[in-house]
Amino acid sequence: MPRFEPLLERMPTTRTPEFVDRTAPGGAAGERPSYTAEAPFKIHGGCGLMGICDESGSLMSGENAIRAMAVQRDRGNGLGGGFAGYGIYPEFPDHFCFHMMLHDVRAKEEAEAVFDRHFTVDLAEPMPTRPVKGISDAPLLWRYFLKPDPHRLEETEMSEEDFVVHVVMLINSTVDGAFVASSGRNMGAFKGVGFPEEIGHYYLLEEYEGHTWVGHNRFPTNTPGWWGGAHPFTLLDWSIVHNGEISSYGINSRYLEAFGYKCTLGTDTEVAAYLFDLMLRRHKLPIELACKALASPLWSDIDRMPEEERALMRSLRAVYGPGMLNGPFAIVLGHNGGMVALNDRIKLRPLVAARQGTIVMVASEESAMREVLDAPDRVWAPRAGEPVIASVAGAEQPFHDDLHLSADEVSCAVTGVVETCETVEVN
Amino acid sequence: MPISLIQPEFKVHIDYDKCHKCGRCVQQCGWGVYNFNERPIPDDAKCRACHRCVTYCPAHCITIKKNDLALRDNANWSAGLRTAVWRQAETGGVMLTGMGNDKPYQSIFDHLVLDACQVTNPSIDPLREPMELRTYLGRKPDAVSVESDGDGGFRLAEGSGVEKNVKLDTPIIFSPMSYGSVSLNVHRSLAMAAERLGILMNTGEGGLHADLYPYADNVIVQVASGRFGVNPEYLNRGAAVEIKVGQGAKPGIGGHLPGEKINKEVSETRMIPQGSDAISPAPHHDIYSIEDLRQLIYSIKEATGYKPVGVKIAAVHNVAAIASGIVRAGADYVYLDGFKGGTGAAPQIIRDHIGIPVEIAIAVVDQRLRDEGIRNQASIVAAGSIRSSADLAKAIALGADVVAIGSAALMALGCHMCQGCHTGSCSWGLTTQKPELTRRVDPEWGAERLTNLVHAWSHELQEILGALGVNAVESLRGSRERLRSIGLDQQTCDILGVKPAGL
Repeated sequence: MPRFEPLLERMPTTRTPEFVDRTAPGGAAGERPSYTAEAPFKIHGGCGLMGICDESGSLMSGENAIRAMAVQRDRGNGLGGGFAGYGIYPEFPDHFCFHMMLHDVRAKEEAEAVFDRHFTVDLAEPMPTRPVKGISDAPLLWRYFLKPDPHRLEETEMSEEDFVVHVVMLINSTVDGAFVASSGRNMGAFKGVGFPEEIGHYYLLEEYEGHTWVGHNRFPTNTPGWWGGAHPFTLLDWSIVHNGEISSYGINSRYLEAFGYKCTLGTDTEVAAYLFDLMLRRHKLPIELACKALASPLWSDIDRMPEEERALMRSLRAVYGPGMLNGPFAIVLGHNGGMVALNDRIKLRPLVAARQGTIVMVASEESAMREVLDAPDRVWAPRAGEPVIASVAGAEQPFHDDLHLSADEVSCAVTGVVETCETVEVN
Repeated sequence: MPISLIQPEFKVHIDYDKCHKCGRCVQQCGWGVYNFNERPIPDDAKCRACHRCVTYCPAHCITIKKNDLALRDNANWSAGLRTAVWRQAETGGVMLTGMGNDKPYQSIFDHLVLDACQVTNPSIDPLREPMELRTYLGRKPDAVSVESDGDGGFRLAEGSGVEKNVKLDTPIIFSPMSYGSVSLNVHRSLAMAAERLGILMNTGEGGLHADLYPYADNVIVQVASGRFGVNPEYLNRGAAVEIKVGQGAKPGIGGHLPGEKINKEVSETRMIPQGSDAISPAPHHDIYSIEDLRQLIYSIKEATGYKPVGVKIAAVHNVAAIASGIVRAGADYVYLDGFKGGTGAAPQIIRDHIGIPVEIAIAVVDQRLRDEGIRNQASIVAAGSIRSSADLAKAIALGADVVAIGSAALMALGCHMCQGCHTGSCSWGLTTQKPELTRRVDPEWGAERLTNLVHAWSHELQEILGALGVNAVESLRGSRERLRSIGLDQQTCDILGVKPAGL
């Protein structure tokens, strides 16, 4: 029997569920949602999160992630929950797996037409789900295991990664009512409107096994419940879950805009995702240093460092100062090679970490660790700005050298806002 | 001599019942208001309301009031315009004045308000938490590149450091005020304060007196169109070099320091003959275009081992394009001087009617540099006029890296803004070279007051940052999301990149 009985009665939400006949031939009546409808304004909110990674690469059930989020239920308000799992599709290790959210059959047909033009689809199937009390008005959820069509790939002279992101961009921006929830190899995002344990249960996560899991629980103050808007945010195999309210959003977004990114969603998570893209992929900074730029040490600490390190940190801070995330946040970046968790520079949001053998775990609350790990070797509160890095042995690190996207292409892929990108092909 | 039609602006009233007849007012007044004949007799016409006598009167018996003469109301012809016509009919000359624009133009700063954190993110208590104001002035690389240090760590790759930047402990520097226009004691006060505060003073265009050579790390040496006092040693006696193209109070025109102010020491520092007028040309005669500026910037860099070189311009209509050109020409900072900036002497008509507000200039320059992807290549210094830490915070939120204060610094040293700087008779001993007046400023006293002022504003900036929930000034810089406007029209809001309150 499911162990996921709600701990609290469902909190009232601002949603007004209405019946949508998603399977009606030719598509549902009424307007189809666009991801861009998310927010023309800045969204405030708080959240809970977790991340777990077995550095040995051994797989663990998604139930761990659900349990870790279930004990943090009251960090959310039922307006968004989600997970990403890595290593979950060992049968298709080399296929890109698209988790799709589709408003109706018409959106599905249109999205599939795009797939057919660009990919060889080796398996298309509905996401396995089960009815769960509290989860309603789910879009059509399908997953596709696919590989870029070799001829198209050759024609476009793109790398596989560039090609895939381009299709993500194309679908999110031009196919109304279709949204790519995740697009990486051997991973997937499972998210929606609801409490995370309900969402996890709905997607039967306990039947998946992965080496790394991240989870998220959302408490937005004002946003319509929209399945695509839940965390994690993903692109290829990167996923981000984030708890925070970045007080420096204004300058962070203007800084990114100077590099061509377009911050259209009004969320801190979007900004954090672009900053990682800028620093890790485009500026090729090591992850440790990118974390130091995002949550800089205090000048008084920098001044006490040995000369060589001081010069490095001084430059890092002076150059990336406009990108520094100031204000409360805890963030977990998941990828096929493990995860990175980071707290803000003076630890204004909770982040606790634990290690048990080869398992590294982080969460907003220690209770999550105590729930999942039977005998942790060590439980600690990572210091402000000190990243917790878990790397799966032998796995590729997340920095795609064969990705050559411009900033506006990344923005377009993440947000689906077509105006952000002139280069998107509409055909 | 025919009588003047111009009536005194002020009335000096002495309560003779209280007056000690000590004559201190006579001694204190630099304008020659008082004659002493058994008791001090004021000549109202000479009074500039600088309050030197009021401040030093031991009996507190002097009162200065406006001369409240009725003129027939005329909303078109203000009293000031009528007086100006009479004055010019008398003299046939250009009206000179000192300090900044005093016309009632709208202050954009006063129509901007700042944000604060409530619930969704916490404010930060600056009395209990670190609150960082340190700022690096100068060019930053596009990205930091690192190389392995062979020990599992990383070190900075060649060329991506900021070692050429000037470190400022707070984002406030002193505006250029030349030795000659102000006294050596003022320069000493500024230099000592800059050293104590970890900031910079600016020589202005009059060179650097040899006594101030020890303060080289806290000095910007300026190169202006007259090239007064400029030689290789001078260029190397500063932490940075500034090419002055224009000044907010007098865009497009040069300067004129009257021969009376050129005493022996000023003459030596400026490298011009004693008693001769120091006239700086309107343009630099070796800069007739942007490519000429580039040559001068790089000549100076070559001469100084690549110290930061900034360019100061007045905020004028096309300031964004000009600033962009300056950055592309290799400047490490752009100094934007708004039309309310001060001056030691300027034609009133120029001061009051040329240029644009610094708020607009910061907004459009910051945005243009971002649009062109070169914002990191230069810092923006904003001035003219920064009147409080609120203006400072708003200027930074609009996009300035650093602000420069001149009028406020002089006020810390006693200035009452009587607008008589050009006369050389400043009773407070600031804008004068008369030894009996200049000795009124004790550099130690002056440095302490300047230090207090900058500390006070810095503390207030920390309070503002704390309320905004950020603990480093770089998180406010350019963060226009933290500003809202009240009572500005939509187009001005768009230009500023600021939403109206409520959005």
